[in-house]
Amino acid sequence: MKQQIAEIIENKNIARSIWQMRIRFPEAFDVKAGQFVQISLPGRFLRRPISICDMDGDVMTLVYKVVGGGTDQMTRLAEGEQLDVLAPLGNGYDLDQIPEGAALVGGGVGVPPMYCLAKAIADKKPVVYLGFASEEEVFFKEAFEALGVETHLNIGGYVTDDVPDGAYICACGPEVMLRAANAKAADGQYSFEARMACGFGACMGCSMHVKDGYKRVCKDGPVIGKEELAW
Amino acid sequence: MVESRKTPDMSVDLAGMHLDNPVIPASGTFGFGREYADLYDLNILGSISFKGTTRDPRYGNELPRIAECTAGMINSVGLQNPGLEAVLAEELPALAKIYSKKVIANISGFSVDEYVACAEAFDQADQVGILEINVSCPNVHGGGIAFGQDPKEAARVTAAVRKAAKKPIFIKLSPNVTDIAEIAKACEAAGADGISLVNTFLGARIDIKRRAFVIANKKGGFSGPAIFPIAVRMVNDVYNAVDLPIMGMGGIASAEDVIEMIMAGADAIQIGAANLVDPWVCKKIIERLPSLMEELGISSLKEIKGCAK
Repeated sequence: MKQQIAEIIENKNIARSIWQMRIRFPEAFDVKAGQFVQISLPGRFLRRPISICDMDGDVMTLVYKVVGGGTDQMTRLAEGEQLDVLAPLGNGYDLDQIPEGAALVGGGVGVPPMYCLAKAIADKKPVVYLGFASEEEVFFKEAFEALGVETHLNIGGYVTDDVPDGAYICACGPEVMLRAANAKAADGQYSFEARMACGFGACMGCSMHVKDGYKRVCKDGPVIGKEELAW
Repeated sequence: MVESRKTPDMSVDLAGMHLDNPVIPASGTFGFGREYADLYDLNILGSISFKGTTRDPRYGNELPRIAECTAGMINSVGLQNPGLEAVLAEELPALAKIYSKKVIANISGFSVDEYVACAEAFDQADQVGILEINVSCPNVHGGGIAFGQDPKEAARVTAAVRKAAKKPIFIKLSPNVTDIAEIAKACEAAGADGISLVNTFLGARIDIKRRAFVIANKKGGFSGPAIFPIAVRMVNDVYNAVDLPIMGMGGIASAEDVIEMIMAGADAIQIGAANLVDPWVCKKIIERLPSLMEELGISSLKEIKGCAK
């Protein structure tokens, strides 16, 4: 984890309530699919945790949904403005565990980390399932297709209905979607969301129950393996 | 002949414990140091007040535990900690590897017996310089709040811990009282060696779209720069009421805040919520203090304790 000042090079609306921001760091660094960043916004005490959608050299892509005052404020940040960012945070997906042809399931604002993951394991021919509540909220369908991975779209239904039983599933989305994915999965890894304060494991603000006690979503997660869950 | 000092003297004393500088990360915002040791050498810190420890392991409260506020936050972690046994067997040895100075053992309890059990155990740990008795955590139903809000109960805990331990004991007070000086005086009379204040203020946020409290436990502890002026006032109230060393805290986020808190009457200071948004903040403050002291004509921090006229 480093504190860095990144420059905003793009911040645009790409679907209903969904924005894509690209930021340039002083230098390139490695990130793992499933990791996130904490963004400091002027006048806001806590940082905003945003999942990493893509990293290309020194340029990071973040796709975020406007859910409150903080993310609304983010939409008004302009090209050229500077952003105080803690990055990268969290554990990320364990790529070695993911077999050929795994199902990558993203729901709504859970789609962006799946892009990072699909890109990282494209040679393993993953099958991507994207779920959106409505046509207006669809984003990144073409971006996935450009990676050359099989991509299925579900609009207004349950994206997990499309996933075959017994699949190895990597998923990110609302908890109800993760539970549905988990019910079908033979094995898998899921990224979780929680209200956080620090984002680096110090405050215990985001501890979640697992089989052997608890995990801090920010530090021990956000990616947690199926076998570790208390579901 | 008096030796002239080239750099201002940042050292302070807390009931016999010498600190190279007054900056101490506050309990609950620094864990047992591990997460921050990856970022900088913790040995620059004056001391560390480690995660509040109870006799038994505690998971704490349900999620969400965090709500944002203007210039601050509410937390309702609920004293999540691995329990006394694990802290002694695992956390303290691990902490010793990354921090070589004496630490402050922050203790919470739900009964006088529990405070005593923790105090007795930490009293035996060489690594521990001070016992900080949290009688103020507002998060737990039927928990420490009762002790910290009543002078008699605060004195009862203080006296019992005093009997059980030889190390200096600082009572960490709740600000959720009408007259904090009265509580501090009761602790002083019962044998406290010092006072830590303030803990968090009870607060709440409501999500107006969901018509529901943001955090699962509804109410929690409000901290951050928003509470700094109230903390300065309360530290000064206690400074005027007791003749004990004080660890002052509440919203400190800069070297200027540190000087202000010491001028209000604190001997040392603790930094809490600010660590969570800038994990390097303690380091930055320690590095900034000498030049700020020079700018303000302060040769020693001991000279400015409670100097505000």
